[in-house]
Amino acid sequence: MMNNSNINHLQGPVCSLPLQHNDQIVIGHGSGGQMTNDLIKNVFYQKFSNPILDMNNDAALIDLLLDNDKKGFLVTAIDAHIVSPLFFSGGDIGRLAICGTVNDVAMLGAKPLYITASFIIEEGFSINALEKIASSMQLACQEANVKIVAGDTKVTEKGKSDGLFISTTGIGWVPASRQIGGQFARPGDAVIISGTLGDHGIAVLEARGDLGFHSTIQSDVAPLNEMIEILLTEVPNTHVLRDPTRGGLATSLVEIAYQSEVTIQIDETSLPIRPTVQTACEMLGFDPLYIGNEGKVIVILPEADVDNALEALRSHPYGKAAVRIGSVVQNSPGRVLLTTPLGSNRILEMLAGEILPRIC
Amino acid sequence: MEFLKNYRNAELIKSLLNQIRKITTRPWKLMEICGGQTHAIMQYGIDQLLPENIELIHGPGCPVCVTALELIDKALIIAQQPGVIFTSFGDMLRVPGSHHDLFSVRAQGGDVRVVYSPLDAVKIAQANPKKEVVFFAIGFETTAPAAAMSVLHAQKLGLINFTILPANVLVPPAMHTILGSPNNQIQAFLGAGHVCAVMGYWEYEPIAKQYGIPIVVTGFEPLDLVNGIFMAVKQLEIGNHLVENAYPRVVTRTGNRTAQGIMEKVFQPVDRKWRGIGIIPQSGLDLRTEYAQFDAENRFEIGLIDVMESSLCIAGQVLQGLTKPFDCPAFGNECTPQTPLGAPMVSSEGACAAYYRYMRAR
Repeated sequence: MMNNSNINHLQGPVCSLPLQHNDQIVIGHGSGGQMTNDLIKNVFYQKFSNPILDMNNDAALIDLLLDNDKKGFLVTAIDAHIVSPLFFSGGDIGRLAICGTVNDVAMLGAKPLYITASFIIEEGFSINALEKIASSMQLACQEANVKIVAGDTKVTEKGKSDGLFISTTGIGWVPASRQIGGQFARPGDAVIISGTLGDHGIAVLEARGDLGFHSTIQSDVAPLNEMIEILLTEVPNTHVLRDPTRGGLATSLVEIAYQSEVTIQIDETSLPIRPTVQTACEMLGFDPLYIGNEGKVIVILPEADVDNALEALRSHPYGKAAVRIGSVVQNSPGRVLLTTPLGSNRILEMLAGEILPRIC
Repeated sequence: MEFLKNYRNAELIKSLLNQIRKITTRPWKLMEICGGQTHAIMQYGIDQLLPENIELIHGPGCPVCVTALELIDKALIIAQQPGVIFTSFGDMLRVPGSHHDLFSVRAQGGDVRVVYSPLDAVKIAQANPKKEVVFFAIGFETTAPAAAMSVLHAQKLGLINFTILPANVLVPPAMHTILGSPNNQIQAFLGAGHVCAVMGYWEYEPIAKQYGIPIVVTGFEPLDLVNGIFMAVKQLEIGNHLVENAYPRVVTRTGNRTAQGIMEKVFQPVDRKWRGIGIIPQSGLDLRTEYAQFDAENRFEIGLIDVMESSLCIAGQVLQGLTKPFDCPAFGNECTPQTPLGAPMVSSEGACAAYYRYMRAR
């Protein structure tokens, strides 16, 4: 413990004032990690709190109070897309805007049906680029079997926004028999990831020219609802589905651990990471566990269903590399342990703020 | 990556750990100097796998953590000035100055950019002739040659809109300070592999001799670290105090002479204050007078700096290896990577952040 006799002849202990960033938005508030969570909790939940919102999943379950034979829930989710650059290897903001929202709806086990889209466009933006993005949205809608049923378009003065922002709302339906959400992980469950980690984040960094070298990495952005439907047909008893987007696998697992009040143990050697992504992360000082994905899902389900679930996921092109990565081990206030290849354990935390490259 | 796999081979590492266990008869305290090593030790949980009587103490080797508050405040003042593009390595953006950090400056409209190399900052200066581009030159001997290169390159290009804020520091003077302290507990050093790649390890031979302490130049992969620890413990057990090289695939005794020459041409050693430690004689690098026009402190009106440090955190003791991060009452409570009270919690190289991220279980 602290021993005062340790204070030596050198300058005494020093430290700086804490910086809470309570007075203005900084970039870390958009990281998807701890700062984003705190902002939402302190500003929005404070004002908007209600039982549906407080379930704290990426989509909302709305009970329409229908007759018993049609019992089910309306599911809705909203997602704003501000990716820079707008086009990257493997996708663009249009595909992202559809897939992100479709996936959020599908993560409650729902069938996504309709999308509404709002476009905020900066003065001077190329119509040609807008057409390309709209085509890409249409293709993603076809693939996900959803329709864009309403929209809104606003134009800002030059310099008041950055090219194009797209917000989309998704609406879907889930039968009452499906109980899926971040709060349902139980000790004894297994944890599966549907494929390789970090592909989207690294593809976007490459498109920004931030890598300083070229890679063949493509974003994994994809609508996952078809694959999830196959999974849920095989394993109706699935407990949790979560797409590890901003903040990466680590942040999503910590969120689930808190929501379900359990300890999740992950085996580092089992994590599927492409060598190119691993190399890019090593060179830049990033951790692939915190890099965003746009076409992957974390699946948590009873141990007995693991083989069926893996078979179902692997039968779909977006789940070919699905693999079991860990277990839910016990009830606890919520934490994620990573077992290293050497057998030691370390704790995974949420992403603190913006991902920053290390110096040395 | 294929090549690196061998240095992460669990079987090799475990067998070396067994050998450490076999030869250890007494308690020993080793300090790894470099923050990158602290990070890797935590990432792989190496300290959990060592015999209980071998204690790793985390040294002042995080460049972000030891940069003096005065320098950070100066950086913030410069970054806020109109027409300035302020460039820095990534971690520095979150380090709190007396009142705010570079993230806040950016949120208020300042042009603050992360670069991977000082030479990128020179490119930015070339592309923006009407802006003043400043590079915050922090780091140890590892980053100093590139900072020196950026000055030489800017001079060659005839750029008049590029300056650096010199903040580089040197490892050997800090080792003298730690070993010379009456409370020193360190019995062996793991030398910082990347620093030695530039400087070689001839500088450490007099230190090992003067203080009778083994110094083992060590790399950053888990096998490198365990091997460095093994060699240091072996020396301690038989009473040797030599400089040994456990990182020969990267480090030679003489180091990179070209890089040393460039550093020497551009920089001169000066006394420098280390955050949490105090002034260490001849431990900093400043621009030589021939290059004074590239010094941001000469280019900008900075005025008097009134630094404000609070007293809750014990960063000074942590940086000198006198206290472990989890012995600090604020650790994980008031002080987290999100709300850092001291610099060691800010950078992922910092001992407190490494502990928080990897070992909060304790």
